[in-house]
Amino acid sequence: MFTVVIIMAAGMLAGYLLRKHKKLISLSERLVMWAIYLLLFLLGVTIGVNDQILERFAEMGWLAFIIAVGGIGGSILIGWLVFTFFLKSKTGQL
Amino acid sequence: MRNSLIILLFFAVGVLSGVYEILPGWLLANDYSTRALYILMFLVGVGIGGDERSLKALAKFNLKIFMVPVTTILGTFLGITVVYVFLSHVSLTDLLAVGAGFGYYSLSSIIISDLHSAELGVVALLANVMREIITLVMAPVFVRYFGKFAPINSGGATSMDTTLPVISATSGKEYVITALFHGIILTISVPFLVAIILSLG
Repeated sequence: MFTVVIIMAAGMLAGYLLRKHKKLISLSERLVMWAIYLLLFLLGVTIGVNDQILERFAEMGWLAFIIAVGGIGGSILIGWLVFTFFLKSKTGQL
Repeated sequence: MRNSLIILLFFAVGVLSGVYEILPGWLLANDYSTRALYILMFLVGVGIGGDERSLKALAKFNLKIFMVPVTTILGTFLGITVVYVFLSHVSLTDLLAVGAGFGYYSLSSIIISDLHSAELGVVALLANVMREIITLVMAPVFVRYFGKFAPINSGGATSMDTTLPVISATSGKEYVITALFHGIILTISVPFLVAIILSLG
């Protein structure tokens, strides 16, 4: 389970050590973009061949919307409470 | 916004090619996802570690600025727990895992489809794309009613890149460092929190 996290930490260290090599970093960023496109394409294929999931697509879209609104609403509210009553900042500098 | 539309386009083309079965069987028979996820996570790490702008933002660390990502994380989980009460046939850990994407739809959907199920991965993709788009569209309204930190809280992990221009325009340029710091902390926390929450489910 934590393999993902350790691998990401190793990547951060590698990126930090290679930070002067701009071309390498920007190559890595482009690779990330294309890897994401490929993986989401493949996720789409997995969904496309699965009739059970396809039937429930609209329902999943609504669930996603409710989660998005809940997450945004909660974080704005807690942020507003904390930064209005506890840590006032007029300038954005904290 | 443009980037999230491209991503959704790739996903939609994938769905269509699955539906019409135009792909060769070997593509479906093998599961490359875990290894691909590991490579992706490594490269995402390289991008953060190698970005000097990120390092400068992280150097601003103090307890107060750290409260901004903390409010986003706690608020997201609280808000989702509230909506969970009104839903049936879903588990709280599934909802929280989706919420722990904090708008980072590409990574969270891939991690969740690998560690949990393709179905929840799709919910994560949609929910987190929506989080980004709602933030882009609603930022002026959020600032007006809930203060200048609101678009940062709302943007989640995207406050370091895709929603940063709109945060700068609505909250002000002086909030850019806070937004960067916030986005970086949340980006790093996405794989941690998603994995931890799914292991509880």
